[in-house]
Amino acid sequence: MAILIDEQTRVVVQGITGREGMARTTLMMDYGTRVVAGVTPGKGNQQVLGVPVFDTVKEVVEEIPGVNTSVVFVPAPLVKNAALEAIDSGIKLLVLVPDRVPIYDVLEIAAAAQLNDARFVGPNTLGLLTVGKGVLGMIGGRAETARQWFKKGHVGVTSRSGGITSSIAYYLSRNGIGLSSIVHVGGDAIVGMPHPDVVTQFQQDEETTAVVMFGEIGGTQEERVADLIEQGKFTKPLIAFVGGKAAKSGTRFSHAGAIVEGNRGTHESKVRRLRQVGAHIVENFDDIPAITAEVLKNVH
Amino acid sequence: MPRRSLSWCIEGFTDMARLHEHQGKQILREFKVATPRGMVASTGEEAAQAAEKIAAPVVVKGQVFVTGRAKLGAIQFADSPEEVRQKADQVLNLKLNNFAIEQVLVEEQIQIEQEFYAGIIIDDAAKCPVVIFSSTGGTGIEEIAAAHPDKVAKLRIDIRVGLRDYEARNLVRRTGIHGKLQMQLAGVLVKLWHAARQVEARTAEINPLALLQNGQVVAADCRMTVDDYAVFRHPELGIEIARELSRPASKLDKIAYDVEKNDYRGTFYFIQMEDGFEKGEGYVGFHGAGGGGSMMSMDAVNAQGFKLANFTDTSGNPAASKVYRAARIILSQKNIDAYFGSGSGVASQEQFHSARGLAKAFIEENLSIPAVIRLGGNGEDKAVDILEKCTKGLPATVEGYKKDDSAHFCAQRLRELVDAHEGQTDSGGTFEKPAFAKPYSFETITGTITFDHGACADCDHKVCVESCIPDILKIENDVPILAITREEAKAGKCIECLACEMECVYHGKRGAYIDLPIAGLDDYRAEVD
Repeated sequence: MAILIDEQTRVVVQGITGREGMARTTLMMDYGTRVVAGVTPGKGNQQVLGVPVFDTVKEVVEEIPGVNTSVVFVPAPLVKNAALEAIDSGIKLLVLVPDRVPIYDVLEIAAAAQLNDARFVGPNTLGLLTVGKGVLGMIGGRAETARQWFKKGHVGVTSRSGGITSSIAYYLSRNGIGLSSIVHVGGDAIVGMPHPDVVTQFQQDEETTAVVMFGEIGGTQEERVADLIEQGKFTKPLIAFVGGKAAKSGTRFSHAGAIVEGNRGTHESKVRRLRQVGAHIVENFDDIPAITAEVLKNVH
Repeated sequence: MPRRSLSWCIEGFTDMARLHEHQGKQILREFKVATPRGMVASTGEEAAQAAEKIAAPVVVKGQVFVTGRAKLGAIQFADSPEEVRQKADQVLNLKLNNFAIEQVLVEEQIQIEQEFYAGIIIDDAAKCPVVIFSSTGGTGIEEIAAAHPDKVAKLRIDIRVGLRDYEARNLVRRTGIHGKLQMQLAGVLVKLWHAARQVEARTAEINPLALLQNGQVVAADCRMTVDDYAVFRHPELGIEIARELSRPASKLDKIAYDVEKNDYRGTFYFIQMEDGFEKGEGYVGFHGAGGGGSMMSMDAVNAQGFKLANFTDTSGNPAASKVYRAARIILSQKNIDAYFGSGSGVASQEQFHSARGLAKAFIEENLSIPAVIRLGGNGEDKAVDILEKCTKGLPATVEGYKKDDSAHFCAQRLRELVDAHEGQTDSGGTFEKPAFAKPYSFETITGTITFDHGACADCDHKVCVESCIPDILKIENDVPILAITREEAKAGKCIECLACEMECVYHGKRGAYIDLPIAGLDDYRAEVD
C-alpha cells in the first residue's frame, strides 16, 4: 500500500505546459505515476508528453474518470486560484510544489480543503514518493536516479526539508534499509499535511514498520507528533532528528507567538517532548541509518 | 522550486518583514482605530516642531525593532519643545541591538486608566488566524498569559468570513468585561483583524490597548509583521527588503536582495553575519543549498573552528547565472579565508548548473582562497568535473565532492586546505573581460552573451553549440550564432546555463563571454578596498 499514492492514483498536472511542469511531468511518468491530464488555462486541446491538456480542472474531471490527485506547478501568486479550482472540482489530494505562496492564500486553501474533505501537501514541497510506485512532485529529479537512490522496504520518511528528505532516504537505502514512502511536508510555516498528519498515514499503512522524522525548530509539528504518541494514536517506532540546535533564540518581536505556542517551538522543547514519549532522538545526522537499523532489529 | 524557510538559521531572521510602530499606527488609523496624536521626526529640530504642533506634553518614542524600549531609554517624556529637542537628540543617538534609531515618534501623552492586549497571529496547528485578547496588557504579557489563563481569551477566525462583531464581543466577555467597554474593545478587535488581513500580517499586536481617563480606547503601541511572500502585493508599505534581520540591512544584503527580487528562477538568500574582520581569523564565505542541508553544513563548518561571514542559500533549481551572482557577492566580503559550499548532499536538481555558476565566479575573482564544494545529487559527476577542470589554473585549490561525502568530511577537507594555504599570498593576476576582435552579442534575461567570431573561426571544437542545453545556437559560416530570434533569447529561451562559456573556457578558444551585471557591486567593492 504505502501512503498517499497507490494504484488508484490518477494525476492531473496544473501548469503542465510550463518549464517546471513539463520537466517534472517527465519524471513522474518515467517513474510510473499515472499522469492522465494536464491543465493550463487557455492552452487546452493540445498534448504535452502525450498527455492531453485542458483549460480547466472541471473539464478534466468530466472527461477522464478517476482523476483524484493534482500536482500544481504554477507561479506562486497563482497557486491559490489553482488549488481552489482543483478542490472545487472534487480533487481530493493536492501537491503544491511552488514556494513563496502568501500565507493568507494558504489559509484560504486550507479552509476550502477542510470544507471539501480534501488534503494538500506543501506548499514549498519537493513532494512525495512511494518506492516503485510513483512520485508526486519532483523528489529524485530524474526517474532513473530516483530508482537508484531509493530502495524498497518498510521505513517511512517525513521531513520539513526537501533536500534532507532525499538525503535521509538515500543514506538509509545505501545502508540496506528500504523505504515505503517518503514525504517532504513543505518548508513553510503553514503546510497542508504537517508531520502529525503524515505519521498518522504511516500508522495506518501496513507496509511501514517505523518512521524517520526530520524536524526543525519553529512551529509545533514535532510536539504534536509527541502528543499523538502519548495518546496512543501513533505506535510505531519513531526515529527523530530535530534541526536548528545551533540557532540562537533571539528576543521575539511578537508576543502573540509566545502566547499561542507557549513553550513549544524551540529545539529543546521538541527534543524533550519527543524523548518523553519514547521517540529515538538522533543527535548526529550521520547516525540516522545506524540508529534506524538498531531500532528495526527490535521490531520484528 | 521549493526552498526552506530559514527562520532558525539566523537569529531574528524569519519570513516576515517588520513594520515600525508609526507605520503600524498609520495602518490602524486607516481602519479607524484611534491612536494618540503624533508625528514622525528624524532630528531634534523636527521633533520640537512636531511637539509645537501637538501643543501638549509629549512622549518621544524611538522607532526601532526591539522590545522593552522604555527600559533602554528609547522612550522619553517631555513637556516643552526645548526638552523635546534634547530628548529626541538623545534617543536618536541611541543604538539598540545593532539598530541605530533613525526616527522618533512624537506623540501626545495619554492618561491611561487601564491597559489591555489585542493581537492577531497565524496558528500553524489550526491553519487559521487567531485573535487574542487579554484584560491585562503592557509589559510581560507572555508571563501574564501563562500565569492567568482566565485573563486571556483566544478565538480562531474563519478566514472565509473573518472576525464577526458578536464573536469579538463574546471573546472580550470571556475575560469578564461588560457593557460599553466590551463593545469598544470588541470594535478594536474587529478593526485590527481587518487591518491584519489587508496588509497580510503574520502578526498584528496592540500592546497596550489603552482605556483613557476620558473613556476613549486607543492603540498606545503597535507591532506588525508582514508576510514576506505577500510583500509583492503591498508596494504601499514601502518595504525595502522583505526580510526580518536583527540589524539594519547591510549594503551587500541589499545588493543581494535586488538580485533575488528580480529573478524568480530558484531562490537566493544572502545575509551578512559579520563584517570588519581580518584575514586569518577563520571567517568562511558560506554557500548552502536548501534550508535543512545548509544547517547541517553550517554545523559541520563551525565544528572545524571556522566562523561564518555570511549565510547564503541558492536552491530550488536556480539558474546558473543566479548561483554565479551569489558566489560573486559572497566573495565580495573582504578578508574571508575560505569558501564552503554544501547543501543536503542529495539534491534533486541538476547540480552542474551550480557548478558552472561557481566556476565562472571563481575564475572572475581569480580565487585565491581554498574552496570546497559539496555537489552531491543529480548530475554530480559532471558537476564535480566541470568545477575542478574549469578552476584548475587558479591561485587556490577548488575541490568538489559528491553525495557519498558527508558535510563533516568536506568541512574537514576545507580545514586541511586552509591550514596548508596559510601564509600564501595571492599569486597576482586579475581577471579581465576578454577583448573581442569580432563580437557577436545577444541579450539574455539578465545579461549579455558575446562570442568573438574572430576566435570562434579558428576553433575546431565548437563546444558552445554542443553544450547549449536549450539548443538555441547553431553554426553558420563556421561561427556560432543564435538559432532563434534575439527576442526569444531575451525572453528566456536562453536559460543562462553558462555552458557555452564554461565549455569554451576549457575546450575552446576562450571566445565566449557572458556578462552578468550585479547592480551596485562594483561600487561596493571600490568602497571597501
